[in-house]
Amino acid sequence: MRARLPLQFLIGAAIFAAFALAALVSFLWVPHDVTALNIAAKLAPPSREYPLGTDHFGRDMLSMLMVGARTSIAVAILAVGIGMLAGVPLGLWAAARRGSLIDEIIMRGNDLVFAFPSLVIAILITAVFGPSATNAIIAIGIFNIPVFARVSRGAALSLWTRDFIMAARVAGKRAFRISLEHILPNIANVLIVQGTIQFSLGILAEAGLSYVGLGAQPPTPSWGRMLAEAQTMIYTAPRLAILPGLAIVLAVLGLNLMGDGLRDLLDPRLRRARQ
Amino acid sequence: MIRYLARRLLSLALSLIAASIVIFAVIEVIPGDPAAYMLGLNASPEAVEALRDQLGLNGTAFSRYLDWAGGLLQGDFGQSYTYRVPVAELIGERIQVSLPLAAYALALTVLIAFPVGLIAAARRGRPADWGIMAATQLGIAIPNFWFAMLLVLLFAVKLHWFSAGGFPGWEGGLAAGLKALTLPAIALALPQASILARVMRSSLIDTLHQDYIRTARAKGLTRRQALLRHALRNGLIPVLTIMGLQFSFLLAGAIIIENVFFLPGLGRLIFQAITQRDLIVVESVVMLLVFAVIVVNFVVDIAYGAADPRLRRRR
Repeated sequence: MRARLPLQFLIGAAIFAAFALAALVSFLWVPHDVTALNIAAKLAPPSREYPLGTDHFGRDMLSMLMVGARTSIAVAILAVGIGMLAGVPLGLWAAARRGSLIDEIIMRGNDLVFAFPSLVIAILITAVFGPSATNAIIAIGIFNIPVFARVSRGAALSLWTRDFIMAARVAGKRAFRISLEHILPNIANVLIVQGTIQFSLGILAEAGLSYVGLGAQPPTPSWGRMLAEAQTMIYTAPRLAILPGLAIVLAVLGLNLMGDGLRDLLDPRLRRARQ
Repeated sequence: MIRYLARRLLSLALSLIAASIVIFAVIEVIPGDPAAYMLGLNASPEAVEALRDQLGLNGTAFSRYLDWAGGLLQGDFGQSYTYRVPVAELIGERIQVSLPLAAYALALTVLIAFPVGLIAAARRGRPADWGIMAATQLGIAIPNFWFAMLLVLLFAVKLHWFSAGGFPGWEGGLAAGLKALTLPAIALALPQASILARVMRSSLIDTLHQDYIRTARAKGLTRRQALLRHALRNGLIPVLTIMGLQFSFLLAGAIIIENVFFLPGLGRLIFQAITQRDLIVVESVVMLLVFAVIVVNFVVDIAYGAADPRLRRRR
Protein backbone atom coordinates (compact mmCIF):
# COMPACT_ATOMS: atom_id res chain seq x y z
CA MET A 1 0.00 0.00 0.00
CA ARG A 2 1.33 3.36 -0.99
CA ALA A 3 1.84 5.78 1.88
CA ARG A 4 -0.39 8.76 1.21
CA LEU A 5 -1.17 11.55 3.58
CA PRO A 6 -4.72 10.93 4.77
CA LEU A 7 -7.23 13.67 4.05
CA GLN A 8 -7.96 14.28 7.73
CA PHE A 9 -4.26 14.86 8.35
CA LEU A 10 -4.18 17.50 5.63
CA ILE A 11 -7.30 19.25 6.93
CA GLY A 12 -6.00 19.15 10.51
CA ALA A 13 -2.56 20.37 9.49
CA ALA A 14 -4.07 23.25 7.52
CA ILE A 15 -6.20 24.37 10.48
CA PHE A 16 -3.35 24.10 12.93
CA ALA A 17 -0.88 25.76 10.57
CA ALA A 18 -3.16 28.81 10.45
CA PHE A 19 -2.90 29.16 14.24
CA ALA A 20 0.84 28.49 14.28
CA LEU A 21 1.27 31.13 11.59
CA ALA A 22 -0.87 33.63 13.53
CA ALA A 23 1.24 32.96 16.61
CA LEU A 24 4.50 33.44 14.68
CA VAL A 25 3.28 36.62 12.98
CA SER A 26 2.24 38.01 16.37
CA PHE A 27 5.93 38.17 17.36
CA LEU A 28 6.57 40.66 14.53
CA TRP A 29 3.27 42.38 14.03
CA VAL A 30 -0.23 42.57 15.46
CA PRO A 31 -2.99 44.85 14.18
CA HIS A 32 -3.18 46.70 17.52
CA ASP A 33 -1.09 46.73 20.68
CA VAL A 34 -2.68 44.27 23.13
CA THR A 35 -1.50 46.17 26.22
CA ALA A 36 -2.85 49.53 25.09
CA LEU A 37 -6.28 50.22 26.57
CA ASN A 38 -8.66 52.33 24.55
CA ILE A 39 -11.80 52.77 26.61
CA ALA A 40 -13.35 55.02 23.96
CA ALA A 41 -13.43 52.07 21.56
CA LYS A 42 -14.64 49.50 24.09
CA LEU A 43 -16.95 46.68 22.95
CA ALA A 44 -16.79 47.95 19.37
CA PRO A 45 -18.46 45.60 16.88
CA PRO A 46 -16.37 44.08 14.09
CA SER A 47 -15.23 46.76 11.64
CA ARG A 48 -12.46 47.51 9.17
CA GLU A 49 -10.28 48.84 11.93
CA TYR A 50 -11.09 45.95 14.32
CA PRO A 51 -11.90 42.86 12.21
CA LEU A 52 -13.25 40.92 15.22
CA GLY A 53 -14.29 43.91 17.32
CA THR A 54 -12.85 45.01 20.65
CA ASP A 55 -13.20 43.80 24.24
CA HIS A 56 -14.36 45.63 27.35
CA PHE A 57 -11.07 47.53 27.55
CA GLY A 58 -11.12 48.48 23.88
CA ARG A 59 -8.39 45.99 23.03
CA ASP A 60 -8.47 44.49 19.54
CA MET A 61 -9.85 40.93 19.72
CA LEU A 62 -7.90 39.72 16.68
CA SER A 63 -4.60 40.86 18.19
CA MET A 64 -5.54 39.30 21.54
CA LEU A 65 -6.36 35.99 19.86
CA MET A 66 -3.08 36.04 17.90
CA VAL A 67 -0.99 36.61 21.02
CA GLY A 68 -3.19 34.10 22.87
CA ALA A 69 -2.32 31.49 20.23
CA ARG A 70 1.33 32.14 21.03
CA THR A 71 0.74 31.53 24.77
CA SER A 72 -1.27 28.35 24.18
CA ILE A 73 1.14 26.85 21.68
CA ALA A 74 4.23 27.75 23.71
CA VAL A 75 2.83 26.25 26.93
CA ALA A 76 1.64 23.07 25.20
CA ILE A 77 4.89 22.54 23.23
CA LEU A 78 7.10 23.03 26.26
CA ALA A 79 4.88 20.71 28.31
CA VAL A 80 5.16 18.01 25.63
CA GLY A 81 8.93 18.60 25.65
CA ILE A 82 9.12 18.04 29.41
CA GLY A 83 6.98 14.92 29.13
CA MET A 84 9.12 13.46 26.34
CA LEU A 85 12.51 14.38 27.79
CA ALA A 86 11.70 12.80 31.14
CA GLY A 87 9.19 10.14 30.13
CA VAL A 88 10.84 8.51 27.10
CA PRO A 89 14.18 7.72 28.82
CA LEU A 90 12.28 6.34 31.82
CA GLY A 91 10.15 4.16 29.55
CA LEU A 92 13.18 2.94 27.60
CA TRP A 93 15.04 2.22 30.82
CA ALA A 94 12.10 0.26 32.24
CA ALA A 95 11.82 -1.73 29.00
CA ALA A 96 15.56 -2.47 28.89
CA ARG A 97 15.40 -3.80 32.46
CA ARG A 98 11.94 -5.33 32.11
CA GLY A 99 10.79 -7.38 35.07
CA SER A 100 13.52 -5.99 37.31
CA LEU A 101 13.16 -3.89 40.41
CA ILE A 102 13.93 -0.69 38.50
CA ASP A 103 11.13 -1.47 36.03
CA GLU A 104 8.75 -1.96 38.94
CA ILE A 105 9.83 1.29 40.60
CA ILE A 106 9.46 3.30 37.39
CA MET A 107 6.05 1.87 36.62
CA ARG A 108 4.71 2.30 40.16
CA GLY A 109 6.08 5.85 40.15
CA ASN A 110 4.18 6.38 36.92
CA ASP A 111 0.97 5.13 38.48
CA LEU A 112 1.51 7.53 41.35
CA VAL A 113 1.98 10.60 39.15
CA PHE A 114 -0.97 9.43 37.09
CA ALA A 115 -3.20 9.75 40.15
CA PHE A 116 -2.58 13.51 40.13
CA PRO A 117 -4.69 15.19 37.44
CA SER A 118 -2.79 18.11 35.84
CA LEU A 119 -5.18 20.54 37.50
CA VAL A 120 -4.28 19.13 40.91
CA ILE A 121 -0.55 19.39 40.14
CA ALA A 122 -1.13 22.98 39.06
CA ILE A 123 -3.01 23.70 42.28
CA LEU A 124 -0.14 22.32 44.34
CA ILE A 125 2.53 24.20 42.39
CA THR A 126 0.50 27.40 42.52
CA ALA A 127 0.02 27.01 46.26
CA VAL A 128 3.81 26.96 46.58
CA PHE A 129 5.05 29.42 43.95
CA GLY A 130 1.99 31.45 42.99
CA PRO A 131 0.32 31.40 39.58
CA SER A 132 2.27 31.85 36.32
CA ALA A 133 2.52 30.47 32.81
CA THR A 134 5.72 28.67 33.83
CA ASN A 135 3.84 26.78 36.52
CA ALA A 136 1.20 25.79 34.00
CA ILE A 137 3.97 24.41 31.76
CA ILE A 138 5.50 22.46 34.65
CA ALA A 139 2.12 21.11 35.79
CA ILE A 140 1.08 19.93 32.33
CA GLY A 141 4.62 18.68 31.69
CA ILE A 142 4.65 16.54 34.84
CA PHE A 143 1.26 15.15 33.85
CA ASN A 144 2.77 14.20 30.45
CA ILE A 145 5.73 12.28 31.89
CA PRO A 146 3.92 9.02 32.81
CA VAL A 147 2.04 9.14 29.51
CA PHE A 148 5.25 9.10 27.48
CA ALA A 149 6.94 6.64 29.84
CA ARG A 150 4.10 4.17 29.45
CA VAL A 151 3.82 4.53 25.70
CA SER A 152 7.57 4.19 25.10
CA ARG A 153 7.90 1.25 27.48
CA GLY A 154 5.04 -0.57 25.81
CA ALA A 155 6.38 0.03 22.31
CA ALA A 156 9.95 -0.81 23.35
CA LEU A 157 8.92 -4.07 25.06
CA SER A 158 7.56 -5.51 21.84
CA LEU A 159 10.74 -4.47 20.00
CA TRP A 160 13.02 -6.20 22.51
CA THR A 161 11.72 -9.60 21.37
CA ARG A 162 12.57 -8.95 17.73
CA ASP A 163 15.40 -10.62 15.84
CA PHE A 164 17.29 -7.47 14.92
CA ILE A 165 17.56 -6.53 18.58
CA MET A 166 18.79 -10.04 19.33
CA ALA A 167 21.39 -9.56 16.61
CA ALA A 168 22.55 -6.33 18.21
CA ARG A 169 22.81 -8.08 21.58
CA VAL A 170 24.80 -10.91 20.06
CA ALA A 171 27.08 -8.28 18.54
CA GLY A 172 27.82 -7.24 22.11
CA LYS A 173 25.98 -3.95 22.29
CA ARG A 174 24.92 -2.82 25.75
CA ALA A 175 21.25 -2.24 26.56
CA PHE A 176 21.84 1.51 26.67
CA ARG A 177 23.24 1.61 23.12
CA ILE A 178 20.54 -0.70 21.80
CA SER A 179 17.85 1.51 23.34
CA LEU A 180 19.40 4.60 21.80
CA GLU A 181 20.38 3.26 18.37
CA HIS A 182 17.71 0.66 17.63
CA ILE A 183 14.72 1.06 19.92
CA LEU A 184 14.35 4.83 19.92
CA PRO A 185 14.28 5.28 16.11
CA ASN A 186 11.72 2.51 15.87
CA ILE A 187 9.33 3.95 18.43
CA ALA A 188 9.63 7.48 17.01
CA ASN A 189 6.37 6.97 15.08
CA VAL A 190 4.42 6.14 18.20
CA LEU A 191 6.00 9.05 20.05
CA ILE A 192 5.10 11.54 17.32
CA VAL A 193 1.47 10.42 17.38
CA GLN A 194 1.34 10.57 21.17
CA GLY A 195 3.10 13.94 21.07
CA THR A 196 0.36 15.34 18.84
CA ILE A 197 -2.33 14.04 21.20
CA GLN A 198 -0.58 15.47 24.27
CA PHE A 199 -0.09 18.75 22.40
CA SER A 200 -3.83 19.11 21.89
CA LEU A 201 -4.57 18.03 25.47
CA GLY A 202 -1.98 20.60 26.57
CA ILE A 203 -3.82 23.40 24.78
CA LEU A 204 -7.06 22.35 26.50
CA ALA A 205 -5.33 22.11 29.87
CA GLU A 206 -3.66 25.50 29.48
CA ALA A 207 -7.01 27.06 28.64
CA GLY A 208 -8.57 25.47 31.73
CA LEU A 209 -5.73 26.53 34.01
CA SER A 210 -5.64 30.11 32.82
CA TYR A 211 -9.45 30.21 33.02
CA VAL A 212 -9.32 29.49 36.74
CA GLY A 213 -6.38 31.88 37.17
CA LEU A 214 -3.61 29.29 37.54
CA GLY A 215 -1.97 30.00 34.17
CA ALA A 216 -0.64 33.02 32.31
CA GLN A 217 -1.12 36.23 34.30
CA PRO A 218 -2.23 39.66 33.06
CA PRO A 219 -1.30 41.40 30.86
CA THR A 220 -0.23 38.33 28.83
CA PRO A 221 -3.26 37.46 26.70
CA SER A 222 -4.36 33.85 26.85
CA TRP A 223 -7.48 32.20 25.48
CA GLY A 224 -8.52 30.79 28.84
CA ARG A 225 -8.21 34.14 30.61
CA MET A 226 -10.08 35.93 27.84
CA LEU A 227 -12.93 33.50 28.52
CA ALA A 228 -12.78 34.12 32.25
CA GLU A 229 -12.98 37.88 31.69
CA ALA A 230 -15.77 37.49 29.15
CA GLN A 231 -17.90 35.47 31.53
CA THR A 232 -19.22 38.43 33.48
CA MET A 233 -20.20 40.11 30.24
CA ILE A 234 -21.88 37.15 28.65
CA TYR A 235 -25.25 38.95 28.74
CA THR A 236 -24.04 42.12 27.07
CA ALA A 237 -21.21 40.94 24.83
CA PRO A 238 -21.46 37.21 24.08
CA ARG A 239 -18.99 37.71 21.20
CA LEU A 240 -16.15 38.07 23.74
CA ALA A 241 -16.94 34.61 25.11
CA ILE A 242 -17.53 32.95 21.77
CA LEU A 243 -14.40 33.95 19.83
CA PRO A 244 -11.68 32.63 22.20
CA GLY A 245 -13.64 29.40 22.65
CA LEU A 246 -13.83 28.91 18.90
CA ALA A 247 -10.08 29.47 18.69
CA ILE A 248 -9.47 26.73 21.28
CA VAL A 249 -11.87 24.30 19.58
CA LEU A 250 -10.34 24.84 16.13
CA ALA A 251 -6.73 24.55 17.32
CA VAL A 252 -7.49 21.37 19.28
CA LEU A 253 -9.59 19.92 16.46
CA GLY A 254 -6.78 20.58 13.98
CA LEU A 255 -4.23 18.83 16.17
CA ASN A 256 -6.53 15.87 16.82
CA LEU A 257 -7.22 15.41 13.11
CA MET A 258 -3.48 15.58 12.49
CA GLY A 259 -2.85 12.99 15.21
CA ASP A 260 -5.49 10.59 13.91
CA GLY A 261 -4.24 10.97 10.36
CA LEU A 262 -0.65 10.37 11.43
CA ARG A 263 -1.65 7.27 13.36
CA ASP A 264 -3.44 5.84 10.35
CA LEU A 265 -0.43 6.60 8.20
CA LEU A 266 2.25 5.30 10.56
CA ASP A 267 0.45 2.24 11.88
CA PRO A 268 -0.50 -0.05 8.98
CA ARG A 269 -1.95 -2.58 11.42
CA LEU A 270 -4.64 -0.11 12.46
CA ARG A 271 -5.27 0.86 8.88
CA ARG A 272 -6.03 -2.70 7.93
CA ALA A 273 -8.27 -3.19 10.96
CA ARG A 274 -10.32 -0.17 10.04
CA GLN A 275 -11.07 -1.23 6.49
CA MET B 1 -8.62 -14.33 43.38
CA ILE B 2 -7.76 -13.89 47.07
CA ARG B 3 -4.06 -13.53 46.28
CA TYR B 4 -4.86 -11.09 43.51
CA LEU B 5 -7.05 -9.08 45.84
CA ALA B 6 -4.39 -9.05 48.57
CA ARG B 7 -1.73 -7.86 46.12
CA ARG B 8 -3.96 -5.10 44.78
CA LEU B 9 -4.87 -4.02 48.32
CA LEU B 10 -1.21 -3.80 49.27
CA SER B 11 -0.46 -1.76 46.19
CA LEU B 12 -3.46 0.47 46.98
CA ALA B 13 -2.14 1.13 50.49
CA LEU B 14 1.36 1.86 49.18
CA SER B 15 -0.01 4.26 46.54
CA LEU B 16 -2.03 6.14 49.12
CA ILE B 17 0.95 6.43 51.47
CA ALA B 18 3.23 7.58 48.64
CA ALA B 19 0.67 10.14 47.44
CA SER B 20 0.18 11.51 50.95
CA ILE B 21 3.96 11.87 51.41
CA VAL B 22 4.27 13.74 48.10
CA ILE B 23 1.43 16.12 48.96
CA PHE B 24 2.70 16.69 52.49
CA ALA B 25 6.23 17.37 51.21
CA VAL B 26 5.02 19.89 48.62
CA ILE B 27 2.99 21.84 51.16
CA GLU B 28 5.90 21.57 53.58
CA VAL B 29 8.34 23.49 51.34
CA ILE B 30 6.01 26.49 51.16
CA PRO B 31 7.74 29.44 52.74
CA GLY B 32 5.95 31.43 55.40
CA ASP B 33 4.40 30.63 58.73
CA PRO B 34 0.62 30.06 58.68
CA ALA B 35 0.40 31.10 62.33
CA ALA B 36 2.08 34.45 61.67
CA TYR B 37 -0.09 34.87 58.60
CA MET B 38 -3.28 34.19 60.54
CA LEU B 39 -2.51 36.63 63.31
CA GLY B 40 -1.39 39.46 61.05
CA LEU B 41 1.58 41.80 61.22
CA ASN B 42 1.03 43.14 64.72
CA ALA B 43 0.93 39.83 66.54
CA SER B 44 3.31 39.29 69.40
CA PRO B 45 5.88 36.51 69.00
CA GLU B 46 4.37 34.75 72.05
CA ALA B 47 0.92 34.68 70.49
CA VAL B 48 2.35 33.31 67.22
CA GLU B 49 4.24 30.68 69.16
CA ALA B 50 1.12 29.69 71.10
CA LEU B 51 -0.88 29.38 67.90
CA ARG B 52 1.89 27.35 66.27
CA ASP B 53 1.64 24.99 69.18
CA GLN B 54 -2.12 24.84 68.95
CA LEU B 55 -2.03 24.13 65.20
CA GLY B 56 0.58 21.45 65.73
CA LEU B 57 3.16 23.27 63.64
CA ASN B 58 5.97 22.60 66.08
CA GLY B 59 7.86 19.36 65.98
CA THR B 60 9.79 17.58 63.27
CA ALA B 61 8.41 17.16 59.76
CA PHE B 62 8.18 13.43 60.36
CA SER B 63 6.09 13.71 63.51
CA ARG B 64 3.85 16.28 61.84
CA TYR B 65 3.36 13.96 58.89
CA LEU B 66 2.35 11.15 61.22
CA ASP B 67 -0.06 13.48 63.02
CA TRP B 68 -1.61 14.56 59.76
CA ALA B 69 -1.80 11.10 58.18
CA GLY B 70 -3.09 9.59 61.43
CA GLY B 71 -5.77 12.28 61.56
CA LEU B 72 -6.75 11.58 57.95
CA LEU B 73 -7.34 7.93 58.78
CA GLN B 74 -9.77 8.98 61.51
CA GLY B 75 -11.47 11.57 59.31
CA ASP B 76 -9.79 14.42 61.17
CA PHE B 77 -8.30 16.80 58.61
CA GLY B 78 -7.22 19.46 61.11
CA GLN B 79 -8.40 23.04 61.59
CA SER B 80 -8.81 25.51 58.74
CA TYR B 81 -6.38 28.41 59.19
CA THR B 82 -8.85 31.03 58.00
CA TYR B 83 -12.26 29.73 58.99
CA ARG B 84 -11.14 28.25 62.33
CA VAL B 85 -13.44 25.28 61.87
CA PRO B 86 -12.52 21.65 61.26
CA VAL B 87 -11.50 21.12 57.63
CA ALA B 88 -13.60 17.95 57.59
CA GLU B 89 -16.68 20.11 58.21
CA LEU B 90 -15.82 22.44 55.29
CA ILE B 91 -15.18 19.51 52.98
CA GLY B 92 -18.31 17.72 54.17
CA GLU B 93 -20.42 20.71 53.17
CA ARG B 94 -18.79 21.20 49.78
CA ILE B 95 -18.65 17.57 48.79
CA GLN B 96 -22.46 17.50 48.81
CA VAL B 97 -22.20 19.54 45.62
CA SER B 98 -19.08 18.16 43.96
CA LEU B 99 -19.73 14.45 44.36
CA PRO B 100 -23.34 14.51 43.07
CA LEU B 101 -22.11 16.69 40.20
CA ALA B 102 -19.39 14.22 39.22
CA ALA B 103 -21.78 11.26 39.59
CA TYR B 104 -24.50 13.03 37.56
CA ALA B 105 -21.94 13.79 34.85
CA LEU B 106 -20.67 10.21 34.84
CA ALA B 107 -24.22 8.91 34.51
CA LEU B 108 -24.89 11.25 31.58
CA THR B 109 -21.58 10.24 30.01
CA VAL B 110 -22.55 6.57 30.08
CA LEU B 111 -26.13 7.24 28.96
CA ILE B 112 -24.86 9.16 25.93
CA ALA B 113 -21.74 7.20 25.08
CA PHE B 114 -23.06 3.63 25.20
CA PRO B 115 -25.92 3.93 22.69
CA VAL B 116 -23.94 6.30 20.47
CA GLY B 117 -20.88 4.04 20.41
CA LEU B 118 -23.07 1.01 19.79
CA ILE B 119 -24.88 2.65 16.87
CA ALA B 120 -21.59 3.78 15.33
CA ALA B 121 -20.15 0.26 15.58
CA ALA B 122 -23.31 -1.35 14.19
CA ARG B 123 -23.47 1.12 11.31
CA ARG B 124 -19.76 1.16 10.65
CA GLY B 125 -18.79 2.96 7.46
CA ARG B 126 -22.33 4.25 6.87
CA PRO B 127 -23.53 7.86 7.15
CA ALA B 128 -24.68 7.39 10.78
CA ASP B 129 -21.19 6.24 11.79
CA TRP B 130 -19.59 9.05 9.82
CA GLY B 131 -21.83 11.63 11.49
CA ILE B 132 -21.18 10.25 14.97
CA MET B 133 -17.41 10.21 14.40
CA ALA B 134 -17.48 13.82 13.20
CA ALA B 135 -19.65 14.94 16.14
CA THR B 136 -17.48 13.19 18.71
CA GLN B 137 -14.32 14.60 17.11
CA LEU B 138 -15.82 18.03 17.73
CA GLY B 139 -16.98 17.07 21.23
CA ILE B 140 -13.45 16.10 22.24
CA ALA B 141 -12.07 19.45 21.09
CA ILE B 142 -14.55 21.57 23.08
CA PRO B 143 -13.29 22.75 26.48
CA ASN B 144 -15.98 21.86 29.02
CA PHE B 145 -15.97 25.27 30.70
CA TRP B 146 -16.53 27.01 27.37
CA PHE B 147 -19.34 24.61 26.53
CA ALA B 148 -20.73 25.47 29.96
CA MET B 149 -20.71 29.16 29.05
CA LEU B 150 -22.50 28.44 25.77
CA LEU B 151 -25.13 26.44 27.69
CA VAL B 152 -25.64 29.39 30.03
CA LEU B 153 -25.93 31.70 27.05
CA LEU B 154 -28.59 29.52 25.41
CA PHE B 155 -30.60 28.01 28.26
CA ALA B 156 -30.28 30.70 30.92
CA VAL B 157 -29.83 33.99 29.06
CA LYS B 158 -31.91 33.36 25.93
CA LEU B 159 -34.48 30.72 26.92
CA HIS B 160 -34.65 31.24 30.73
CA TRP B 161 -35.10 27.49 31.27
CA PHE B 162 -32.37 27.28 33.88
CA SER B 163 -30.72 29.75 36.21
CA ALA B 164 -27.24 30.84 35.19
CA GLY B 165 -25.66 29.53 38.34
CA GLY B 166 -25.81 29.09 42.08
CA PHE B 167 -27.04 26.19 44.13
CA PRO B 168 -30.22 26.18 46.27
CA GLY B 169 -28.95 23.39 48.53
CA TRP B 170 -30.49 19.96 48.96
CA GLU B 171 -32.84 21.32 51.64
CA GLY B 172 -34.84 22.88 48.80
CA GLY B 173 -35.68 19.43 47.51
CA LEU B 174 -33.98 16.90 45.26
CA ALA B 175 -35.55 18.27 42.08
CA ALA B 176 -34.33 21.81 42.64
CA GLY B 177 -30.83 20.60 43.48
CA LEU B 178 -30.65 18.34 40.43
CA LYS B 179 -31.96 21.12 38.24
CA ALA B 180 -29.17 23.42 39.39
CA LEU B 181 -26.63 20.71 38.59
CA THR B 182 -28.08 19.82 35.18
CA LEU B 183 -26.28 22.35 32.98
CA PRO B 184 -22.94 21.81 34.77
CA ALA B 185 -23.32 18.04 34.43
CA ILE B 186 -24.12 18.30 30.71
CA ALA B 187 -21.09 20.52 30.19
CA LEU B 188 -18.85 18.03 32.00
CA ALA B 189 -20.35 15.01 30.28
CA LEU B 190 -20.17 16.08 26.64
CA PRO B 191 -16.38 15.85 26.07
CA GLN B 192 -16.09 12.70 28.18
CA ALA B 193 -19.04 11.08 26.39
CA SER B 194 -17.38 11.85 23.05
CA ILE B 195 -14.21 10.10 24.15
CA LEU B 196 -16.09 7.14 25.62
CA ALA B 197 -18.31 6.72 22.56
CA ARG B 198 -15.20 6.49 20.36
CA VAL B 199 -13.59 3.96 22.68
CA MET B 200 -16.81 1.96 22.74
CA ARG B 201 -17.01 1.97 18.93
CA SER B 202 -13.45 0.87 18.30
CA SER B 203 -13.58 -1.73 21.06
CA LEU B 204 -16.77 -3.22 19.61
CA ILE B 205 -15.32 -3.20 16.12
CA ASP B 206 -12.25 -5.02 17.43
CA THR B 207 -14.34 -7.71 19.09
CA LEU B 208 -16.47 -8.08 15.96
CA HIS B 209 -13.32 -9.38 14.23
CA GLN B 210 -12.91 -12.19 16.77
CA ASP B 211 -13.42 -15.83 15.90
CA TYR B 212 -16.23 -16.34 18.40
CA ILE B 213 -18.26 -13.69 16.58
CA ARG B 214 -17.74 -15.58 13.34
CA THR B 215 -18.88 -18.73 15.16
CA ALA B 216 -21.94 -16.93 16.46
CA ARG B 217 -22.77 -15.70 12.98
CA ALA B 218 -22.16 -19.18 11.58
CA LYS B 219 -24.65 -20.74 13.98
CA GLY B 220 -27.26 -18.40 12.57
CA LEU B 221 -27.22 -15.24 14.67
CA THR B 222 -27.83 -12.00 12.84
CA ARG B 223 -25.21 -9.28 12.92
CA ARG B 224 -27.27 -7.41 15.47
CA GLN B 225 -27.69 -10.45 17.73
CA ALA B 226 -23.99 -11.24 17.59
CA LEU B 227 -23.19 -7.64 18.44
CA LEU B 228 -25.56 -7.38 21.38
CA ARG B 229 -25.09 -10.87 22.84
CA HIS B 230 -21.39 -11.50 22.37
CA ALA B 231 -19.45 -8.44 21.26
CA LEU B 232 -20.98 -5.98 23.72
CA ARG B 233 -19.99 -7.87 26.84
CA ASN B 234 -16.41 -8.44 25.71
CA GLY B 235 -16.08 -4.99 24.23
CA LEU B 236 -16.94 -3.37 27.55
CA ILE B 237 -13.58 -4.21 29.15
CA PRO B 238 -11.55 -1.39 27.54
CA VAL B 239 -14.54 0.89 28.04
CA LEU B 240 -14.33 0.24 31.80
CA THR B 241 -10.65 1.18 31.90
CA ILE B 242 -11.30 4.45 30.17
CA MET B 243 -14.21 5.15 32.52
CA GLY B 244 -11.84 4.69 35.45
CA LEU B 245 -9.43 7.19 33.93
CA GLN B 246 -12.26 9.55 33.07
CA PHE B 247 -13.32 9.77 36.67
CA SER B 248 -10.21 11.79 37.48
CA PHE B 249 -10.93 14.11 34.55
CA LEU B 250 -14.51 14.48 35.76
CA LEU B 251 -13.35 15.42 39.25
CA ALA B 252 -10.82 17.93 37.94
CA GLY B 253 -13.39 19.18 35.44
CA ALA B 254 -15.98 19.59 38.19
CA ILE B 255 -13.57 21.91 40.01
CA ILE B 256 -13.36 24.18 36.97
CA ILE B 257 -17.05 23.93 36.04
CA GLU B 258 -18.05 24.95 39.58
CA ASN B 259 -16.45 28.30 38.83
CA VAL B 260 -18.61 28.82 35.76
CA PHE B 261 -21.84 28.19 37.64
CA PHE B 262 -20.81 29.64 41.01
CA LEU B 263 -21.48 26.31 42.70
CA PRO B 264 -20.30 26.05 46.32
CA GLY B 265 -18.29 22.86 45.81
CA LEU B 266 -14.76 21.64 46.44
CA GLY B 267 -13.46 23.68 43.51
CA ARG B 268 -14.57 26.98 44.98
CA LEU B 269 -13.24 25.88 48.37
CA ILE B 270 -9.79 25.07 47.03
CA PHE B 271 -9.40 28.27 45.01
CA GLN B 272 -10.48 30.39 47.97
CA ALA B 273 -8.05 28.44 50.14
CA ILE B 274 -5.21 29.14 47.70
CA THR B 275 -5.79 32.89 47.73
CA GLN B 276 -6.19 32.90 51.51
CA ARG B 277 -3.10 30.68 51.93
CA ASP B 278 -5.22 28.24 53.90
CA LEU B 279 -2.74 25.49 53.15
CA ILE B 280 -4.25 22.80 55.30
CA VAL B 281 -7.46 23.07 53.28
CA VAL B 282 -5.50 22.91 50.00
CA GLU B 283 -3.60 19.90 51.30
CA SER B 284 -6.73 18.08 52.45
CA VAL B 285 -8.79 18.70 49.32
CA VAL B 286 -5.90 17.66 47.06
CA MET B 287 -5.42 14.51 49.14
CA LEU B 288 -9.13 13.77 48.87
CA LEU B 289 -9.10 14.17 45.07
CA VAL B 290 -6.01 11.98 44.66
CA PHE B 291 -7.48 9.46 47.09
CA ALA B 292 -10.64 9.29 44.99
CA VAL B 293 -8.68 8.74 41.77
CA ILE B 294 -6.54 5.99 43.29
CA VAL B 295 -9.50 4.19 44.86
CA VAL B 296 -11.59 4.34 41.69
CA ASN B 297 -8.76 2.84 39.67
CA PHE B 298 -8.35 0.17 42.32
CA VAL B 299 -12.04 -0.71 42.01
CA VAL B 300 -11.72 -0.86 38.21
CA ASP B 301 -8.72 -3.19 38.61
CA ILE B 302 -10.67 -5.48 40.89
CA ALA B 303 -13.69 -5.45 38.58
CA TYR B 304 -11.34 -6.53 35.80
CA GLY B 305 -9.82 -9.33 37.80
CA ALA B 306 -13.33 -10.57 38.56
CA ALA B 307 -14.38 -10.32 34.91
CA ASP B 308 -11.26 -11.76 33.32
CA PRO B 309 -9.24 -14.35 35.29
CA ARG B 310 -6.31 -13.98 32.84
CA LEU B 311 -5.67 -10.50 34.19
CA ARG B 312 -5.10 -11.77 37.72
CA ARG B 313 -1.71 -13.06 36.68
CA ARG B 314 1.14 -10.59 36.91
CA ARG B 315 1.55 -8.37 33.89
